[in-house]
Amino acid sequence: MVRIVDMQPLNPTLTKITLEAPHIAKKVKTGQFGILRVDEDGERFPLTIEDWDPEAGTICFIFQVAGASTERLNHKKPGEFIADVVGPLGNPTELEGETICVVAGGSGCAIGFPVIRELHNLGKDVDAVIGFRNKDLVILEDDIRALTTNCVVMTDDGSYATKGLVTEGLQSLIDSGRKYDKVITLGPLPMMKFVCQLTKKYDIKTLASMNPIMVDGTGMCGGCRLTVGGETKFACVDGPEFDGHLIDFDEAMCRSTMYADFELHERDEACNLFKMEVK
Amino acid sequence: MANMSMTKNPMPSQDPKVRARNYDEVALGYSEDQVKDEAARCLNCKIPHCVEGCPVNLNIPGFIKAAGEGDFDEAYRIISMDSSLPAVCGRVCPQETQCESRCARGIKGESVAIGRIERFVADYHNAKPADAVAKPEANGHTVAVVGSGPASLTCAGDLAKRGYKVTVYEALHTPGGVMVYGIPEFRLPKAIVAREIDGLRALGVEILTNMVVGKVVDVNELRQEYDAVFIGSGAGLPMFMHIPGENLKGVYSANEFLTRINLMKAYQPGSHTPIKHPKRAAVIGGGNVAMDAARCALRLGAEEVSIVYRRGMDELPARKEEVEHAQEEGIVFRTLRNPVEIMGDPKVGVDKIKCQVMELGEPDEKGRRKPIPVEGKFEELDVDVVIMALGTSPNPLIRKTTEGLEYTKKGGIDADEATGQTSLENVFAGGDAVTGAATVILAMGAGKKAAEAIDQYIKNKK
Repeated sequence: MVRIVDMQPLNPTLTKITLEAPHIAKKVKTGQFGILRVDEDGERFPLTIEDWDPEAGTICFIFQVAGASTERLNHKKPGEFIADVVGPLGNPTELEGETICVVAGGSGCAIGFPVIRELHNLGKDVDAVIGFRNKDLVILEDDIRALTTNCVVMTDDGSYATKGLVTEGLQSLIDSGRKYDKVITLGPLPMMKFVCQLTKKYDIKTLASMNPIMVDGTGMCGGCRLTVGGETKFACVDGPEFDGHLIDFDEAMCRSTMYADFELHERDEACNLFKMEVK
Repeated sequence: MANMSMTKNPMPSQDPKVRARNYDEVALGYSEDQVKDEAARCLNCKIPHCVEGCPVNLNIPGFIKAAGEGDFDEAYRIISMDSSLPAVCGRVCPQETQCESRCARGIKGESVAIGRIERFVADYHNAKPADAVAKPEANGHTVAVVGSGPASLTCAGDLAKRGYKVTVYEALHTPGGVMVYGIPEFRLPKAIVAREIDGLRALGVEILTNMVVGKVVDVNELRQEYDAVFIGSGAGLPMFMHIPGENLKGVYSANEFLTRINLMKAYQPGSHTPIKHPKRAAVIGGGNVAMDAARCALRLGAEEVSIVYRRGMDELPARKEEVEHAQEEGIVFRTLRNPVEIMGDPKVGVDKIKCQVMELGEPDEKGRRKPIPVEGKFEELDVDVVIMALGTSPNPLIRKTTEGLEYTKKGGIDADEATGQTSLENVFAGGDAVTGAATVILAMGAGKKAAEAIDQYIKNKK
């Protein structure tokens, strides 16, 4: 059992959860993830570790309600428990390069933030392009702005900052004369695919943070496999970050929908249960 | 007077048509009378070759004699001197290639049903309320055990019995390793594994779940903290064939398919673990894991499940009993077929598998006849789920994080066969992490030898 220390809604869809996990807090590095299980009979799902405090023995995740498990997690309160958390899993982010642009979208900004923070702490010249669907969903803007040379905010509908996609934001920075050693992209698969297409044109090395369906997270099941440069790789032990110019994004997008119907149904069920409880 | 029947007492089992749609145990176990009758077939040979055939050298004639006399408590006591997991071994050991293959009765007729008697004795014991186990006196030494499968649990149990304080580090949320994530409920009920694990806890073994060694703690840290370390982390990453279509939706590794069903209980109605319920499934491979996956697919409601294997029926590496059970349940064996392509719409998933038709050529150096393609002959099979049961390659997690730990060319941890000693002084290893995918009992044998060696090592160091 793992105690929940804190729950903070960040925007209408994202919540930050702080868990007591001193052994993980002591070891985790930027870019690594954990696998959570909310209830005894629940599924295992991976989330990137967003923040940690080795002194306090706590780790944080930012999650978006996507299926039944995250729906259940969303109803938990500080002081309550979840069944399990395991980590830190996966390889830490590769941090080399001096001028780096982090391009993140939606909940990807939550996991992009610790990357930006780490790069900033290492004294690197960091830019960020962060994108959201609309004004209500913007998170971490001030935190990211404080650590970056340029921070471009984009919204899909133009309800805040610049209207457009993150690729347009990145293009504007490139056009302004910024030369990057590396781009790190985090967010939805289609977004990362187009970011990688753009950086390929300029021959900028790009890391994409992959978050496929996973079970054990230790290489045992192979469910998280993807094709990178024609080879089969396991996101849990070989990643989660890969050379974005070599990833077969189309395949990854297809694989990510394997249980879409099940997820939708499960989430509805979970919602209905909570509605009944409220009644 | 010995029972001179040429055949074993048949194992009572669920009707194939019924069991193919449920997850209850297939074999129901002998009755007391059947056990006594079967035990009477044992000739109590002067030189019991069966014992040599057992990786943990159980005193087989000893426990059979006690069982024949109806003293099942004594029979259990004899078994538990050498085995930590009798209820497991009685079910999943390949007896026909081990103890039973050496049985004198097997020369003319069938061997004594050693495994079935062992299973009865263990179940008889387990049906009674657990005895208050006398915790052995602590000897002040500590051992860390990595993993909680059969090798690790055997090693942990043997050391705990000698007074060691043992801490087990398990990566998943439930201990038991392959016995909980891999072997299905209908072959090895999870309650049996849980009971064996409770027994170890009663001996004072501490089991930490959700601890991935190589990530949250590494072997070199464990070496500092404990007097010795045993690595029984199991086999590794599932292998794929690297053929087109392998990453289509609906293609699973057997590990993933079985883990979702067993560990994550996807077979239970209302489970929160998603799994694709196949209409027509193909399982690629011919080992025990392939049989397990095929029979699970059937129990998920599939209309047809095929085993696709590149050699012939005689070459199937699975236990004979598993193949027979699979056949009885209606699994179709498409042997001499080698998949070359998996086809389907990437958005929807698998709809066909294309196989090269094979024939058997000359025997290879191991005496197995080699499959060779029949030129130009292919076959297509309509399927919506494909399960790859091709074995595993070593897991990189410990290798990457343990400087000085040497590995063999095949990728297993380089460990002495007799002791499990690795290239690092107080580190021992055994089971699939050393040998690659093998059996529960071989892993137990390795765990047992390592426990002995660890005990010697620590005593000598004093």
